[in-house]
Amino acid sequence: MEYVNPEGLRLDGRRFNEMRQIVAEVGVVSRADGSAVFEMGNTKVIAAVYGPREIQNKSQQKNGHALVMCEYSMAHFSTGDRRRQKNDRRSTELSLVIRQTMEACILTEVLPHSQIDIFLQVLQADGGTRSACINAATLALADAGIPMRDLAVSCSAGYLNSTPLLDLNYVEDSAGGADVTVGILPKLDKVTLLQMDAKLPMETFETVFALASEGCKAIAERVREVLQENTKQLEYRRAA
Amino acid sequence: MMMRKIQLPFTQTQKVRYERAIERLQSLSSTVNSDASVIVTDTIPVNHEDAFLKGHGTSEVDGELLATVCGVVERVDKLVYVRTLRARYKPEVGDIVVGRVIEVAQKRWRVELNFTQDGVLMLSSMNMPDGSQRRRTSVDELNMRNIFVEHDVVCAEVRSIQHDGSLQLHARSQKYGKLEKGQLLKVDPYLVKRSKHHFHYIESLGIDLIIGCNGFIWVGEHVEVRDPVMMIDGQKDDEMISSSSSTKEQSHTPLETRQNICRIGNAIRVLSNLGFTVTVQVITETVNLSNSKNVDIHEMLCSEFHVLVAENEAERRREKRKK
Repeated sequence: MEYVNPEGLRLDGRRFNEMRQIVAEVGVVSRADGSAVFEMGNTKVIAAVYGPREIQNKSQQKNGHALVMCEYSMAHFSTGDRRRQKNDRRSTELSLVIRQTMEACILTEVLPHSQIDIFLQVLQADGGTRSACINAATLALADAGIPMRDLAVSCSAGYLNSTPLLDLNYVEDSAGGADVTVGILPKLDKVTLLQMDAKLPMETFETVFALASEGCKAIAERVREVLQENTKQLEYRRAA
Repeated sequence: MMMRKIQLPFTQTQKVRYERAIERLQSLSSTVNSDASVIVTDTIPVNHEDAFLKGHGTSEVDGELLATVCGVVERVDKLVYVRTLRARYKPEVGDIVVGRVIEVAQKRWRVELNFTQDGVLMLSSMNMPDGSQRRRTSVDELNMRNIFVEHDVVCAEVRSIQHDGSLQLHARSQKYGKLEKGQLLKVDPYLVKRSKHHFHYIESLGIDLIIGCNGFIWVGEHVEVRDPVMMIDGQKDDEMISSSSSTKEQSHTPLETRQNICRIGNAIRVLSNLGFTVTVQVITETVNLSNSKNVDIHEMLCSEFHVLVAENEAERRREKRKK
């Protein structure tokens, strides 16, 4: 199948280095300490953060560090074909990946004897849910006022029809080509997540990786804008 | 916490009025401190030649001072720190807090305070209900549920913060203790300002208002604070008997008081929804506004009243600025 037509346009009309539209909003769950909705095109994820709060299971307590927990779930209606199982292997793996990514950017040592819970729910899945989840979690953690080293952001890229493609959607994702998900800390310029589910030659991988990193930086810009706007709003409303 | 984003069904005119009020608030505040708000990883400008102390919410990376939380940069002498907006309660010794008992443990109660851990109220740091001063015995320990049980709302003072971050409370005065006949409201802690007075008695309505530093606000029927130390021992027993017999009679709260509690409660909800600082002055003003505009209690949470409060707040801040 042709994923990139001769004019250089993809199935949904984007160019190879074009991202889908991003919509982000914080403070969407009233009871949570921090919450956010993150949309990338038709992929939509809602994140809620609770804590830092008292550790519920004392045996899990770590000395001098906060405990970070993450639960990822997909709404039954998020995909075309209804999925029924809840705790499948994919969710467990994703929960772990997201937990590790967020743990790396949270300053857990300043919050001892406490627990931070991150809940992620995919409302619509159209490729790149992994990235969308990380971005949503970052926004929600920042909204909850949890100290962080940096804002972890993530973006995916792939390689189809011998073209590197940024931000794959579901059709491109299931085409069987490589799917590289990259998570970076933009300020510190570090990679916190790198996943690939196919083989790529080294040179190709490097271009794809570079493309994904560029995407991450663009997302970081957007995330910062949202947080800046929100912080300003809260401050001038409060100021008495 | 409570509702955050304004998700009210505004009509077109209400929307315009609301946006105008918010714009006015913005223009009023922007002249006060410009661009002090930072988000995670923003560089905080500091003069590196002068010595400075890095406080909460900052970290030094490659000689740059970076913010680790979203908030507002505050400078006190050499200290530079970031004051967070939406975050959990950050305790200081001497703060008056309102909390909910979640567990009765050995010689202590665990209290939920919207802090990173549960607060601890020791039996020994409580005044005995009869006011006597003595060592707590094992009998007292067994009778702890006579004082507080789970889900009771209590008011206490922060005694100390341990180095491991746990929080000790004490309630060594008659004004602290169990709170009854009222409502507990939860607002974001950044909306509460520390002040000299956190206990308020609104005389015109007969309502007690306790604005806890942790963002828990108690609105309840007024109770007279009795100081048992003042009582002579002989009278004490009579008083005990009479008070126990009179509790049944007093357990009825008049309808008017209940309505007043609800009205104040809703005023606080509206202020919290709009993200305005919650002080007694603003609360009473909001209550008066609702009365003068003939807004029913249940109508206070509608969009129209939100708009009114926002406009009123803009006007109030403008007046304040003039002075």
